[in-house]
Amino acid sequence: MELSDGQIERYSRQIVLEEVGGRGQAKLLGSKVLVVGVGGLGSPACLYLAAAGVGTIGIIDSDKVELTNLQRQVLYGIEDVGRDKVDPARERIAAMNPEVEVKAYKIRANAGNISEIVREYDFVIDGTDNFAAKFLINDACYFERRTFSHAGVLRFYGQLMTVEPGESACYRCIFPSPPEAGVVPTCSQAGILGAVPAVIGSLQATEALKHVLGVGELLTDRLLTYNALTMGFRRVRVRRNPDCPLCGEGAEIKELKDEEPPVCDLEEEERERA
Amino acid sequence: MKLVVNGQQVDSKDGLTVNELLAEQDVKMPEMVSVEVNGRILKRSEFEAKRLSEGDAVEFLYFMGGGHGTE
Repeated sequence: MELSDGQIERYSRQIVLEEVGGRGQAKLLGSKVLVVGVGGLGSPACLYLAAAGVGTIGIIDSDKVELTNLQRQVLYGIEDVGRDKVDPARERIAAMNPEVEVKAYKIRANAGNISEIVREYDFVIDGTDNFAAKFLINDACYFERRTFSHAGVLRFYGQLMTVEPGESACYRCIFPSPPEAGVVPTCSQAGILGAVPAVIGSLQATEALKHVLGVGELLTDRLLTYNALTMGFRRVRVRRNPDCPLCGEGAEIKELKDEEPPVCDLEEEERERA
Repeated sequence: MKLVVNGQQVDSKDGLTVNELLAEQDVKMPEMVSVEVNGRILKRSEFEAKRLSEGDAVEFLYFMGGGHGTE
């Protein structure tokens, strides 16, 4: 793939990196990254993937923009409140980099629809807010053998880990199954400082770019934890768990299925209140 | 005995169990925590009986949601 003069100028600050170069930039322009959930994590992830010239960005989200999202979901503006997130997300990415093809899936990911989407991409970013979705992404990426970045944020804390399915520790190696319903604090109670998912989401984008470029070491077998109150970053060594129900020796999960409905879902709370 | 809990040196009484350490460290919601001892993730059913030894490296790994969507 020949880069145009415009592309060489636009991406010059990363083409100049020895590890990227023209060849790496061509890889990025030909790559496909899927972002599941375009919220606090997915917003910065999408912006940096698009800015770097990732050729195809898939976005999955069924939610609408709410006023409370704007404190951290930097893809959206006040005029987007009430719109389906995937629409302003696509417009924002196109305005920033029209070279990027955005494939928008206005669906809630489930065991019936996610595999065929995941299969189309080189790398998957988990930007979801609930445990059912996190286990679904972990399992779908395992069955489809796609490398993905897991992340979670809460209050002043965040964490992430990259998973190379079948090779490195997966989410279920650490957390075999979702926490029991009822013990999880609802996200609306727990709160989140908006800049925290910005840090973690941009790290997820970094992992996607490294994976596409084939440079450095991915954050596999290590859970990176971030504490904004102390500005502490720690990498906790984790390893594949022989008892893992998905990738362990006696794995009992043989096919993709949905976990219990998400416990952290304000929409459902609102429906119940209504 | 000395333990290393989430990277920090901690002094504890000898033979402490994992459940006792969770309580001692004031972990508010142990249901939301996976525990790794010397690189091995414990089964939840081990928390009650598993006794820690001098020098054990213990990590509390928290479930975290967050990120997208409706709050």
